[in-house]
Amino acid sequence: MKIRLCILLFLITTYFAAAKTITVCEAGCDFNRIQTAVDSSKSGDHIFIKKGLYKESNIIIYKKSLHITGEEGTIIDTQQNGYGFSVEATDIVIKNLIIKNIEISYTKEYAAILLFKSYDFVIENITVENAFFGFLIQKSKDGLVHNNTISGEGKAEADSGNAIHLWHCENVNITNNDVRRMRDGIYLEFGSNSYISNNYSTGNMRYGLHFMFSNENTYENNTFEANGAGVAVMFSKKIKMFNNVFKKNWGTASYGILLKEINDAELKHNIFEDNTIGINADGTNRITYTANTFKNNGYAIKVHGACYDNIYSKNNFLYNSFDLSYSGNLNSNKFENNYWSNYTGYDLDKNGIGDIPYRPVKLFSYLVNRTPESIVLLRSLFIDIIDFSEKVSPVFTPENLIDNQPLMTLVTW
Amino acid sequence: MFKILKYSFFDLMRSSWSYVYFAFYLLLGIVLLFLNNDLSKAVITLMNVIIVLVPLIGTIFGVMYYYNSKEFTELLLAQPLKRSSIFLGQYLGVAISLSMSLILGLGLPFIAYGLFKSNAIWDFSLLLIVGMFLTFIFSALAFNIALSNENRIKGFGYAILMWLFLAIIYDGLFLMSLILFEDYPLDKVSLIGTMLNPIDLSRTLILLKLDISALLGYTGAVFKQFFGTNFGLIISLFALLIWVALPVIRIVLKSKRKDF
Repeated sequence: MKIRLCILLFLITTYFAAAKTITVCEAGCDFNRIQTAVDSSKSGDHIFIKKGLYKESNIIIYKKSLHITGEEGTIIDTQQNGYGFSVEATDIVIKNLIIKNIEISYTKEYAAILLFKSYDFVIENITVENAFFGFLIQKSKDGLVHNNTISGEGKAEADSGNAIHLWHCENVNITNNDVRRMRDGIYLEFGSNSYISNNYSTGNMRYGLHFMFSNENTYENNTFEANGAGVAVMFSKKIKMFNNVFKKNWGTASYGILLKEINDAELKHNIFEDNTIGINADGTNRITYTANTFKNNGYAIKVHGACYDNIYSKNNFLYNSFDLSYSGNLNSNKFENNYWSNYTGYDLDKNGIGDIPYRPVKLFSYLVNRTPESIVLLRSLFIDIIDFSEKVSPVFTPENLIDNQPLMTLVTW
Repeated sequence: MFKILKYSFFDLMRSSWSYVYFAFYLLLGIVLLFLNNDLSKAVITLMNVIIVLVPLIGTIFGVMYYYNSKEFTELLLAQPLKRSSIFLGQYLGVAISLSMSLILGLGLPFIAYGLFKSNAIWDFSLLLIVGMFLTFIFSALAFNIALSNENRIKGFGYAILMWLFLAIIYDGLFLMSLILFEDYPLDKVSLIGTMLNPIDLSRTLILLKLDISALLGYTGAVFKQFFGTNFGLIISLFALLIWVALPVIRIVLKSKRKDF
């Protein structure tokens, strides 16, 4: 027993004795290069990089738990040569750095920070400028990506990368990041149990946020603005989307959210504003859309085929050019208790629910689907007349696609 | 010309119709704003009103004024005055007084509501500019019809028919032809089609402000250039100017040769 205690005590003391802080600066510190500091450090060491410009790239950290922090104004310029940091380690912290000029490659995914099989990692307060990939995190677990700013200068999808790219990752929190002018803002591929919140994603060429084969993730309080094609959630299950703002995604293939092959998701308290298409749903099952606001969109919701058991309730549809475009059969999808600004009914019994049902699909949206050029006739008196006659006796639009209990007042939350 | 313009203008200002017109817009503006409490919805409703009613009122007023002041016109013609200045003066008198009723009638409630502090001011001023253009275009067209028809009933009939055609029937034919020829590339045709009708043209101008997100949903390079840049705005305004100029030129030419 005593011997064991001695050994334990010995281990603890050596551990703490070994955990020292190494400083790196241009002259007069322990080291003047980050790589040499890393090479001569032990697991558990802190590396403090003082202010200055470090022209280093491909800094490799292999199986060492290091806490790397920079002073304000610490710049690492990779000079278009491979990765910034390339890490495979547990308990790794990288903080307060500016990493610049990542090499663009058509065969390799060069990133400012590459994490591979890393557990318990923290990436915080990193600014990546002129990035190809920002953070490429592969096969890693239990991490935090917090308060980073990543921006790129790519011209096309082919020569730009993703700001935060997770591949086969689990349980990662991505919070308070600002990502812009990349290909995808945040991309989760085979990622699960991740939490994405308070990020701002704008001006990305493809998607502001992109899920592929990623189940049971939550994203909330994010803002996605003016991305090439909005946010895409594809081939994933049980995604929770709360309190996000999707705005100004304009273009022929632009959406607030593109939902493709999604099951059991939940959308709540999101705001869709000024998008060409608010939600584009294709092959979605068992999704609840509750208390979202769709304002001034071209199409609030566009539903393609193969959608079953989706429930749209308590949403606000405000001044959209088209509230809904619908292809195929109704397929037990439900619209109930929504507020439609185009609703012209009345509420005689004063229970807050309109007495006559509302038909969200107009004949004109059917015509535009068929002959897209006829969009130039939007809001013409003739169109209003044929829409009205269709409303009275539906011929082209699905007959049972109605909101039987439209609300008379805005839904607030 | 300015003397006749001044005379026509004050004559119309004194007539009760101008007040009715002004009161109508004032009431509409007040009802829309103070019972609705939502500026963006008010602008959309207003757009529908302006696009349908302003041409109708411009047409009827134009025809009516021409026929009513016909005796006075004949008296003026006996004086040493240029014909073009007599008719242009009358036309401008009608158009300007109508535009004034429109701008004051709608402007006052919006200013009272606090328009200058809101960012809807550009949408709103575009609406007023379009309304003014429509007034000028349709009163000019009305004068043309009246000049060509001695018979009042016929003149009124043609004027109403013209409004009906441009406001409703044209769009119906337009839509039908788009559907009929849907196998062909139609983006240029559809844009040219809107240029040929001043009501559609004004609608497009307003859509550029209100529904731009929907318009950009269509895949077509011509559309994208037209709606996505200022190109559409400039072309539409230019086309509206042509729409004012052509009927006015015809008034001048027609009145020169007309036998009274």
